[in-house]
Amino acid sequence: MSATNLNWRAIAAIYRFEMARFFRTAGQSLATPVITTSLYFVVFGAAIGGRMGEIDGVGYGAFIVPGLIMLSVLTESLNNAAFGIYFPRWTGTSYELLSAPVSPFEIVSGYVGAAATKSVILGLVILATASLFVPIQILHPLWMIGFLALTALSFCLFGFITGIWAQSWEQLQVIPMLVITPLTFLGGAFYSIDMLPGVWKTVALFNPIVYLVSGFRWAFYGNADVAVGISLAATLGFLVACLGVVWWIFRTGYRLKP
Amino acid sequence: MRPILELDGLTKTYASGLQALKPTTLAIREGEIFALLGPNGAGKTTLIGLICGLLRPSGGVVRVAGLDIVEDYRRARSLIGLVPQELATEMFETPFAAMNFSRGLFGRPPDHALVERLLRELSLWDKRKDRIQTLSGGMKRRVMIAKALAHEPRLLFLDEPTAGVDVELRRDMWALVRRLRDTGVTVILTTHYIEEAEEMADRIGVIDKGRLILVEDKATLMRKLGSKQLTVQLQERLEAVPEALARWRLTLKDDGHALEYRFDTQAEENGIPALLRQLHELGIGLKDLATEQSSLEDIFVSLTRKAA
Repeated sequence: MSATNLNWRAIAAIYRFEMARFFRTAGQSLATPVITTSLYFVVFGAAIGGRMGEIDGVGYGAFIVPGLIMLSVLTESLNNAAFGIYFPRWTGTSYELLSAPVSPFEIVSGYVGAAATKSVILGLVILATASLFVPIQILHPLWMIGFLALTALSFCLFGFITGIWAQSWEQLQVIPMLVITPLTFLGGAFYSIDMLPGVWKTVALFNPIVYLVSGFRWAFYGNADVAVGISLAATLGFLVACLGVVWWIFRTGYRLKP
Repeated sequence: MRPILELDGLTKTYASGLQALKPTTLAIREGEIFALLGPNGAGKTTLIGLICGLLRPSGGVVRVAGLDIVEDYRRARSLIGLVPQELATEMFETPFAAMNFSRGLFGRPPDHALVERLLRELSLWDKRKDRIQTLSGGMKRRVMIAKALAHEPRLLFLDEPTAGVDVELRRDMWALVRRLRDTGVTVILTTHYIEEAEEMADRIGVIDKGRLILVEDKATLMRKLGSKQLTVQLQERLEAVPEALARWRLTLKDDGHALEYRFDTQAEENGIPALLRQLHELGIGLKDLATEQSSLEDIFVSLTRKAA
């Protein structure tokens, strides 16, 4: 498959179609996370944060910013991509996708690309909102963008998988509600895992979200719970695993093509 | 001339073991209207799904304009348009946006003039900026047709195109299908409405229990399998069919006031002159005579019964 063989118009059509939905509901899409983030700052930054000392030399309000961004980016990536592919399956319009001269790569590029774009926009909006509450420094801006994009991409792929797996709206919510949200809260979004007692610190290292939050926080403040190289490797590993599952889905037609 | 569509041993068996389509071989001529008739669950939608890429074939080959739908799926699929049976549209979009999306999916550049022409032809131009969810069922069906035509396919599949639409819209659809055929588009439609096939099709395929029972020109099919019926209205009531008329196997109808005679249109002699002579000799007076050709529906019922 070469770039000239790709059905670029199809990728653009899917991408534009999905982005149009995002912009049509931009108020809801952006207002909710902005309000939620603001509330986190009121509660954790002002009410609780004032009583907490600095963590690794960073004020608590600023410390939680990378974790808060990750929290929203992870859940929104998952939700956007899952909804993006589940909705045409639910309405029955996926017949057009399956009957069009479009390769799996192009389908995934369109849906996941649009969902990841939305998540990155959201992450940047939350960052801008947070900067109104606390002073933020970004020591490694390129790494910050890189981690943000990689995380958005890999969780959008994960969302795409759940959108294909789900057979009801309830199932669509299972992974974000029962898996991702708890893992994110336990993944060091609001604390450093160094603050956990010995055993729990070891347990936390089995949580993949720890590596994402740690790497992202390192890009901001230069401090990390785990080495940045390991964070990057874990994120890339997750990305590759998701790509593998997506490849298998299209190869077997799982829940798309009986 | 090479057929626009060739099926060679196409078959589908689901994971459950159900063989929804037995090995099927078929060639569709370019520019014809082909009607696929069959009862519910006969395999019509499975056949279309296999050709259009919605289902994975268990065996066999499909070629569109000579292009293998697996090996050369991009070029093959770009020639096909599909209007599925279920009303499935992007409900929050406008017809205009939905058509542009379809055109893009098929790798075609934007062409607002074409989109406008199609929307006007389908009486949707005034609704182009309305959300599809606000349109009536008939309009949604037309949006689906417009989307299927947005990339200018050479082969159009209409799966039960007039299911659940009113009579007027059905007539409009038929007119549209004829116009498409006039522009060179090959149309394959499945239908429950025998009159639809009778009205429009050039050729007819009958499928039952996953097996393509028959493929025939409509006119030939009607001629070959059709029977005619002669109804003789009598001046006086008969109690029973006279013994002398036994060879015609007549049925007494209308409380003894009519005789019904069924005859084969293909037979060298239909027996009518002899019957009329015999009636005259028996002194049975005639009031009126009427003949009626069996419809495609009768033929279809007879074929599917035979297959059962």
